[in-house]
Amino acid sequence: MTTETPTTPKAPGRPARIAALLGGGAPVYALLAALLVALAVTDPGFYEPDRLLAFIRRAAPLVLLAAGQYLVIVCGQFDLSVGAIVTAGVVVAAELYSEFPGAHWLVVCAVLLGAGALVGLVNGLITTGLGVPSFITTLGMMLILEGGVFFWTGGSPQGYLPDDFRAIGRDDVFGGLPWAVLVCAVVGAGAVALMRSGFGRTLIATGDSERAAALSGVRVHRVRTVAFVLSGAAAALAAVLVGGFSGVSAQAGSGLEFEAITAVVLGGVLLGGGRGSVVAAMAGAFSLTALFTLLNLQGVSGALESTVQGAIVIAAVGLGAADWSRLRRRSPSRGGPPS
Amino acid sequence: MRRTSVVKRTSSVKPTIAVKSTSPAKRTGSVLGAVLLAASLLVSCSSDAPPDGSPSAPAGSGAPDDDAGREAEFFAQEEYDQQLSLMGRSPEGPEGRPWEQMLIPEMIPTEEYALPEAEAADIHLCFSNAGVFNPWRQVGMTTMEEEVAQHEEITEFTVIDAEGQDDKQISDIQELAGQDCDALIVSPNTTATLTPAVEEACGRVPVIVFDRGVNTDCPVTFIHPIGGYAYGAAAADFLVDEVDPGGKILALRISPGVDVLENRWSAAELAFEESELEVVDVEFTDGDPATAKSVVTDAIQRHGGIDGVWMDSGATSVAAIEAFEDAGEEVPPITGEDQQDFLQAWSERDLTALAPTYPTFQWRTPVIAALRVLAGEEVPEEWRLPQPTITEDDLESYVRADMPPLHYAMCGCEDMPGYPQAWGG
Repeated sequence: MTTETPTTPKAPGRPARIAALLGGGAPVYALLAALLVALAVTDPGFYEPDRLLAFIRRAAPLVLLAAGQYLVIVCGQFDLSVGAIVTAGVVVAAELYSEFPGAHWLVVCAVLLGAGALVGLVNGLITTGLGVPSFITTLGMMLILEGGVFFWTGGSPQGYLPDDFRAIGRDDVFGGLPWAVLVCAVVGAGAVALMRSGFGRTLIATGDSERAAALSGVRVHRVRTVAFVLSGAAAALAAVLVGGFSGVSAQAGSGLEFEAITAVVLGGVLLGGGRGSVVAAMAGAFSLTALFTLLNLQGVSGALESTVQGAIVIAAVGLGAADWSRLRRRSPSRGGPPS
Repeated sequence: MRRTSVVKRTSSVKPTIAVKSTSPAKRTGSVLGAVLLAASLLVSCSSDAPPDGSPSAPAGSGAPDDDAGREAEFFAQEEYDQQLSLMGRSPEGPEGRPWEQMLIPEMIPTEEYALPEAEAADIHLCFSNAGVFNPWRQVGMTTMEEEVAQHEEITEFTVIDAEGQDDKQISDIQELAGQDCDALIVSPNTTATLTPAVEEACGRVPVIVFDRGVNTDCPVTFIHPIGGYAYGAAAADFLVDEVDPGGKILALRISPGVDVLENRWSAAELAFEESELEVVDVEFTDGDPATAKSVVTDAIQRHGGIDGVWMDSGATSVAAIEAFEDAGEEVPPITGEDQQDFLQAWSERDLTALAPTYPTFQWRTPVIAALRVLAGEEVPEEWRLPQPTITEDDLESYVRADMPPLHYAMCGCEDMPGYPQAWGG
């Protein structure tokens, strides 16, 4: 611990500005870089354009979920229902197509997005209106959706997803650029824009201190509800990608909520809200996917794989949290001009 | 006819061949203790997959390979040899009705269980089911219900679903044995744990066990298809024939440690060892198509192509096929199972493929056996059903475009009155 008293905190030096720009996500960028280097060493062909794009396509659903989950976590809540929304979305799409075989894929996507947003709205209203902790609300929603899917399909989904619907998760727009990468980029840009807007700042303020935000005129309930709605819609969009990538499955989204939360936390976003950047959260999603790919390429098999994942993730998050606070505390004095 | 059906369904959505304790095995970078705790509460564990016959395969008598350990634990030479020899035999019984056929039967008398004439038209049949936690069991359960509906003499059919839990099934069996069941059908969730409960029930009511066995010979008959070794060997032998020597084989498995799946793999491993093929990867997919697709894509890239794919079950076979297509590669010889989606993909794309089955028609047999026992007719002590393999030659007769993608074609249900609506067609 340094004995220097932090001088004027209003004038941060350059490293602090960079740190602020990265939103405290520095460790995750380091991790991502390390993983990408490791991938290059393991498999020199990894950086061929089409393979790199295929990697991004594979990461895309998790990136969307991480962006949605970030919005909810940064305002101090959880959304555990996203995995179930993905599963329900894939199954509902298949059922829609078996009812209306000629449906246009845009209509089906719109229905899914609307339904996802609706689930998010219900999550948000129950959490803010009734004061039920979001952990419980979304846990309940997850069970309701999973049970509903099971009841509806008898565990064996009917119908197929036609090729035009699956194109978003599976095919290229033009010249080898997968749809999923485009969707991912658009959502990422949208999320960054959103967090730079007034809404983004009120969202973080709400997570930082609900009372302070409310006293300064933020409608916390509305802000949080919107975050849930966006998370639900992002999950529905992820369902379109997942369904497109791998087809109908009644377990399409199982475990994705944990991966999304892991990605967000890997990105240095503080559980409980108020701190962290959406870009870092999405970088967390890429890191997680890169980690899975690396483990797979290294031939880490079966049960051991999850063990390795768990250990690496805990280590990364622990390291990330420690670095973050130190960086924050020291940077003004270290980076500033000598007093 | 009156039917009480006490079927409760699990809240867990793990219907496709679920695996023991799902979500930790799935890629869950577990950071949040609390969240994981919640997860483990939510995702009830269930043993799964089409469980195989082989009653309590004795552990490791003479494992042929050196890497001992797990393989030996799940390999029994004697059982293996018998299953392989049975695959070549023709069964006894009515032509075209494999659910009534039997292999090397040793018939036993059942006069002691025959109902008096007055009761013979008023049979109360009971069934303790391990669960309906995957599509295979769902197709099976529907098939059994339809079989019951065909017999007017069964006036009451009580089903209790154990939801994949041993403790629940133990109390289910006790409850059913205490009711006025004329015969009790049991599909045990696990072998060893359910044995005492079945033994207890044997003293009160004639018991028929099917699918997975129990460690006692007190049931009147035990019904099962040939078994997991035969399944795995059939798939592996196909690849040995179809893939050129030196070819690279990718083995896709659902999860480690499940006995039936281990049996399938140990037989395949043996076949590959004796061949000139090289198994370049053995990967676990959790039965999840997205995982399977990623795994196959990675394997194609890492090894510069794959010459054959062996699968221990069919749940993710279509995802594997798509992985080759998306990578711009020709789909190599591949083995799956008798799910409609795989059969249709095989037919549409004209693949070189094979579908060993663990036939769902075995769910018809216990009802037939129960009626025979209650009529005092003899039944085999161990009712070994044939285990057909779908090949290119008879593929078209199993493809049904109107059936759900996860319908198991080998249900023997096409001639039943409820077909295809009852199965979702």
